[in-house]
Amino acid sequence: MATRQTQGLARLMRAPAIILLFVWMIVPLCMTLYYSFLNYNMLNPGMTSWAGWFNYQYFYTDPAFLESIRNTLVLVLGVLFITVVGGTFIAMLIDKPIWGQGIVRILVISPFFVMPPVAALIWKNMIMHPSYGVLADVARFFGVQPVDWFAQYPLTSIILIVAWQWLPFATLILLTSLQSLDTEQMEAAEMDGAPAYSRFFYLVLPHMARAITVVILIQTIFLLGIYAEILVTTNGGPGTASTNLTFLIYRAARLNFDIGGAAAGGIIAVILANLVAIFLMRAVGRNLD
Amino acid sequence: MGQITLQGVAKRFGEVEVIPPLDLTIEDGEFVVFVGPSGCGKSTLLRLIAGLEDVSGGRILIDGKDATDASPAKRGLAMVFQSYALYPHMSVRKNIAFPMKMAGMPKPEQDRRIEAAAKALNLTSYLDRRPGQLSGGQRQRVAIGRAIVREPSAFLFDEPLSNLDAALRVGMRLEISELHNRLKTTMIYVTHDQVEAMTMADKIVVLQAGRIEQVGSPLDLYHAPKNVFVAGFIGSPRMNLFTGAVAADYGAQTIGVRPEHIRISATTGKWQGRVGVSEHLGSDSFFYVEGTGLAETVTVRSGGEVGLRHGDTVWLTPDEGKIHKFDTNGDRI
Amino acid sequence: MARAVTRNARIGWTIAAWAVALLIFFPILYTIITSLKSEQEAIAGFDLIPSFTLESYQTVQSQNNYWRPFMNSVILSVGSTLLALVVAIPAAWAMAFSPTKRTKDILMWMLSTKMMPAVAVLVPIYLIFLRTGLMDTRIGLTILLMLINLPIVVWMLYTYFREIPGEILEAARMDGASLRDEILYVLTPMAIPGIASTLLLNIILAWNEAFWTIQLTTTKAAPLSAFIASFSSPQGLFWAKLSAASVMAIAPILVLGWFSQKQLVRGLTFGAVK
Repeated sequence: MATRQTQGLARLMRAPAIILLFVWMIVPLCMTLYYSFLNYNMLNPGMTSWAGWFNYQYFYTDPAFLESIRNTLVLVLGVLFITVVGGTFIAMLIDKPIWGQGIVRILVISPFFVMPPVAALIWKNMIMHPSYGVLADVARFFGVQPVDWFAQYPLTSIILIVAWQWLPFATLILLTSLQSLDTEQMEAAEMDGAPAYSRFFYLVLPHMARAITVVILIQTIFLLGIYAEILVTTNGGPGTASTNLTFLIYRAARLNFDIGGAAAGGIIAVILANLVAIFLMRAVGRNLD
Repeated sequence: MGQITLQGVAKRFGEVEVIPPLDLTIEDGEFVVFVGPSGCGKSTLLRLIAGLEDVSGGRILIDGKDATDASPAKRGLAMVFQSYALYPHMSVRKNIAFPMKMAGMPKPEQDRRIEAAAKALNLTSYLDRRPGQLSGGQRQRVAIGRAIVREPSAFLFDEPLSNLDAALRVGMRLEISELHNRLKTTMIYVTHDQVEAMTMADKIVVLQAGRIEQVGSPLDLYHAPKNVFVAGFIGSPRMNLFTGAVAADYGAQTIGVRPEHIRISATTGKWQGRVGVSEHLGSDSFFYVEGTGLAETVTVRSGGEVGLRHGDTVWLTPDEGKIHKFDTNGDRI
Repeated sequence: MARAVTRNARIGWTIAAWAVALLIFFPILYTIITSLKSEQEAIAGFDLIPSFTLESYQTVQSQNNYWRPFMNSVILSVGSTLLALVVAIPAAWAMAFSPTKRTKDILMWMLSTKMMPAVAVLVPIYLIFLRTGLMDTRIGLTILLMLINLPIVVWMLYTYFREIPGEILEAARMDGASLRDEILYVLTPMAIPGIASTLLLNIILAWNEAFWTIQLTTTKAAPLSAFIASFSSPQGLFWAKLSAASVMAIAPILVLGWFSQKQLVRGLTFGAVK
């Protein structure tokens, strides 16, 4: 249907979206790159000067930086582990012939629609609060000393909250994949005498491999940017025990007014995200044709 | 009126030449079938005539007027698509009315034509349904109805029966032929099924790799295929093609004998062989004879019932007057 | 699986599935319960039966000026999504029905802009907002949220448009429809379900956005996400009132989300999983 008339028009219709996104992508990124080589503090805007690699050096040698990288990785991997493993099991459970499947589905996916600050506040106050939280009530019921989650296990607590938010996403996508599994193939395997666990490892898992990859990659993109959950619960503390890279850069920019340092951190974050993005683009790109 | 002339029409997709320049004239009122294996360019050729693709070279004349650069809407042709391409959000009535609405036809005239088309196509009781609620055959009729109300100068059909089951296909085939007899409008029909081509066409255009192999009436193609490709493509079951010594005896590179032109006998004949698979349809029997040394199997058609079984030794005799001879280029001698 | 399953197995699976589902839903459920308690009840220990008082809802609405952030949320999420649709529908139409050799590359590149971490451009965006007076304005945030979600909107529409068979548009062309007629009478009516689910999913995403809304607003333009985040400090609300505020912030989107769960998979995986 590609005739000359339609092609000219198509170009005109594509242009606004492309131009907007191009500007949105390139302008701020170039500015960040530029700022990352400046000595620029908002408290002292008159003292701005060329800094060379100083910001990067400063950021890199800051002990908080290494810890934030470590926290970022622990956070991402922890949440991925919980959501992928948990999501697989829950998806298989929902896929069984159960009564009220529609309602179960709705209940399970609900946390995904809870905005991050609310999710964090619910967990902080309703569930994990050392005196009024449900977990404290449970501990007292068993006669155990309640845990002060955010003081004792700050990063673990945040991992739990974020995993709760993303478990529905993993479940839903894995369930979609599971439901597209060819039942005849499963029945053929059953006829061939394959026991349930073999069917799971040789048929179900390979079929879901693609969906699992997509879950891992997409979640990673979002998990690298976790922010509101930390702000609302621990504010990065105690110390820097629950500060990830996003939060560290936020602190540099907004609390220390260190524009140059924050920009250098931003460039590091871009590099980190790009490593993941390359894999994601490949996985998604294959599906385009 | 609906005379369509292609002059040196060619189509390239980037570097790939799908249709090398070709000439073809379709006379007013003719039923022309484009037939060929999949990927032979027959659908592309139809789309070029429709104006859904730009030609890369050459001219398309409709009733003598140059329509090469005219938009599809301006060519006065109607098309029935393989998927029927009905508008799913419109009722049958609105689907049929759509081209008339686009042409700005007055409402009473639209209604009159819709009623007439619905009556002719047995759709009257379905006019207020959506396409999704219809069977495959009914959808096909709606697509045809949408085409006829415009009173186009020619109808274009793009494999219209390929999505129907076998029984319906035969029925629709008759209906389309009937329609052509009634309307006497030019029809161009694309199919890969040579039975459809043979049964419906006034004129068949056999295409391979974008080239026209032969143009002619169904019986021309059957009795005098121009080359090995047409010989093998037209006729069911396929013509037996032999090369080597037996062909050399006839002074040819390849010879062809249709299954119905070989006599089979349990006692005497020209070539000896052994019955492999046999198919008995009651009216006809087909034997796939092995071990003749001519080809892997030789297909033989025999009227009525013949008392031959798997493994029996048989003799085959071709009807000498109906042997087709081809030279080294595959062309008819 | 369309197979006979023994009744006992079915009961077993049902119990297990419901137990897991209720456990996952519990924090939301308990928040709803707490929001219906009085403040004394709320801190009196674990109890699933509230006194069904609405006093917390009333307090939140009257004391904390709840309606302003609520309206901001509505305006930002709906506004940014509509704006994105206006830009994305023509683009997706062009890419789906008149693809060129570079269409695939353009789509991948659009996707790649989504990969850029927000925090990487925090500094320039913050400074631009400060200098141009866009800080804490609805218009600034609407544009920003539009840009953030534009790639997803284009992608979703593209995958929906691609499912509309090209033959139907060609049929319209053969039937004498001009390009305008084709878009108006054939394409748009057929694409409405796809456009609607794109709209729905992106309203949800924009509503729940909680990085830029917190960074770029203070009070005037703050939507619910920023409003709720401000309660992290202890001078905020008490338990029952906090629950009431939370329920009001998530209820509309929770309901929208339930309706759009099928599109969710497709939208968030860029069509990679259907």
